[in-house]
Amino acid sequence: MNRIQSKLQENKKLLSIYFTAGYPKIEDTLPVLQHLQKSGVDMVEIGLPFSDPLADGPTIQESSTAALRNGMTTEKLFEQLKNVRDTITLPLIIMGYFNPVLQYGVEAFCKKCNEIGIDGLILPDLPLDVYVEEYEATFKKYGLLNMFLITPQTSDERIRQIDNSSEGFIYMVSSASTTGAKSGFGQEQESYFNRIAEMKLKSPQIVGFGISNKETFNAATKSTKGAIIGSAFIKQLTANGTEKIADFVNSIKN
Amino acid sequence: MKSYHANEKGYYGEFGGAFIPEMLYPNCEELRQNYLKIMAEPSFKEEFDQLLKDYVGRPTPLYFAERLSNKYGTKIYLKREDLCHTGAHKVNNTIGQILMAKRLGKNRIIAETGAGQHGVATATVCALMGIECVVYMGEIDIARQAPNVARMKMLGAEVRPALSGSRTLKDATNEAIRDWINNPVDTHYIIGSVVGPHPYPDMVARFQSVISEEIKWQLKEKEGRENPDYVVACVGGGSNAAGAYYHYLDEPEVGIIAVEAAGKGIDTGESAATSALGKVGIIHGSKTLLMQTPDGQITEPYSISAGLDYPGVGPMHAHLFTSKRGEFISITDDDAMQAGLELCKLEGIIPAIETSHALAIFDQKQFKKDDVVVINLSGRGDKDLQNFIDYFKL
Ligand SMILES: Cc1ncc(COP(=O)(O)O)c(C=O)c1O
Repeated sequence: MNRIQSKLQENKKLLSIYFTAGYPKIEDTLPVLQHLQKSGVDMVEIGLPFSDPLADGPTIQESSTAALRNGMTTEKLFEQLKNVRDTITLPLIIMGYFNPVLQYGVEAFCKKCNEIGIDGLILPDLPLDVYVEEYEATFKKYGLLNMFLITPQTSDERIRQIDNSSEGFIYMVSSASTTGAKSGFGQEQESYFNRIAEMKLKSPQIVGFGISNKETFNAATKSTKGAIIGSAFIKQLTANGTEKIADFVNSIKN
Repeated sequence: MKSYHANEKGYYGEFGGAFIPEMLYPNCEELRQNYLKIMAEPSFKEEFDQLLKDYVGRPTPLYFAERLSNKYGTKIYLKREDLCHTGAHKVNNTIGQILMAKRLGKNRIIAETGAGQHGVATATVCALMGIECVVYMGEIDIARQAPNVARMKMLGAEVRPALSGSRTLKDATNEAIRDWINNPVDTHYIIGSVVGPHPYPDMVARFQSVISEEIKWQLKEKEGRENPDYVVACVGGGSNAAGAYYHYLDEPEVGIIAVEAAGKGIDTGESAATSALGKVGIIHGSKTLLMQTPDGQITEPYSISAGLDYPGVGPMHAHLFTSKRGEFISITDDDAMQAGLELCKLEGIIPAIETSHALAIFDQKQFKKDDVVVINLSGRGDKDLQNFIDYFKL
């Protein structure tokens, strides 16, 4: 069983952290992963930086620009992660935009992920129909799960389709927004969370966007399997470097 | 028969589609499900045609450029989009899209702009309809296109600087898309060219297709035939070209010539000639040719003309290029500027610098004496006066 799937079966709410590879310093990718594992997070999304991150707000945009300026590339990331499984047992997901994957070659990219021990991918701008028609077989061949996004605007019908094609979790975007744009949840989120809970999907849901602290983490995970923190984590990386990662994680978990 | 139009999923050959994050799916899907239906409504057509006639000033003339023809030994016609209200073809699209937005019940408009032409055309139709308008423009472009920024403000639009990335057109487009993600219900995004996710390239091409629709009957009057031997247009994203080619795409006897900006030269690292320098990839939700690093990071193009300074090209044009249906020529800054000045001197018309690229092909492409060559004169040069002044030390 894929590490993501085993993790999803554990009887607890999962905390997942997103960070941009090669940020704040180019060689920080592995140390950040090690700090995260030590501080007890459940899963990690490693961001492959892209020049034009359409779905991201300023915090992740800036970290991506900085990582690229640091010299981050796809090849470099694979190089950094070559021996990641010597120390890291967490489920690992690479999250990025489709164009860099396309340029690397989708099959070559998936093969490399498999060799390293990556468990899944999140490529927000790879649409469901294109994935199913052109790439699903390749992902499966290399044991990679593809996680899809849904939003408050996604229709029930499309959510069912996405649920059918999902083998890991569904990435529930908390509100109609780019990353880091909104903080706190209101009426809209509550009815959205309820609507999804009532659909009784086969795939567990993990909420992302707008989660920044214990309060929003708890609100997001009331009816879901877990939550992902991205921008808030990157902000603290920017402020403190890799030193205070454990403090940040503890402030969410305890 | 092979067609060079979009199929129902928005693909031109292998190019096009909608490579968008799920947050944009409902917006694009709403548009996709409605655009053809709305465009086919008699009341829509009537309102669109009426505004193009009374407000934009269509039909624009098809003008036989006698002195230019004599110089190059062929028959050159100029399709005078420069005479459109606001000074370029861009307004054909913004009129169409504002009517579309109204029928979709939207009450807020966003747009991106590079040189400011599309921003002005969008601000104009928003003023006309009394709809709120926000235009994203790269911080660097705001500084170098001050008159158009002022125009947009006078027309009541809010101009928001795009501060991310390289702070030019591609980043303004990113910001507009992000705004749309954050405002999915009440807002319509008026994209300025035949780029972006399906259905934009096809929708914008259809709104611009009035250009070739008119060329057909105008040429019939003047030459006794609807089809020229060549139709020529400059390509930034490719909307004026798409409009000029539209009714000729599937007429194989009509040669299609696309003119891109070589900037300082294709091999100088300062160029915007996407067909020569681009590779297949994804930009702004569309699979097309784009300029990028081997690692798939989108690179910054360069051209003296802000309207051609885009690292991609619409999927229709990517397909015209790879299928060899279209002939692609690239023109340097210097050759474009000279050709622009030449048109002033020979015909008394000051063209936009974008358009000047299309006028500069005669050194690279020979035509026969009785060939009929239609060049789409996409815009006038008023907006470029400062550039002309600086370049020619006027
Ligand atoms: C006069 C003129 N021509 C051409 C263009 C290029 O755009 P497109 O390739 O979409 O026609 C512009 C864009 O600003 C323009 O202002």
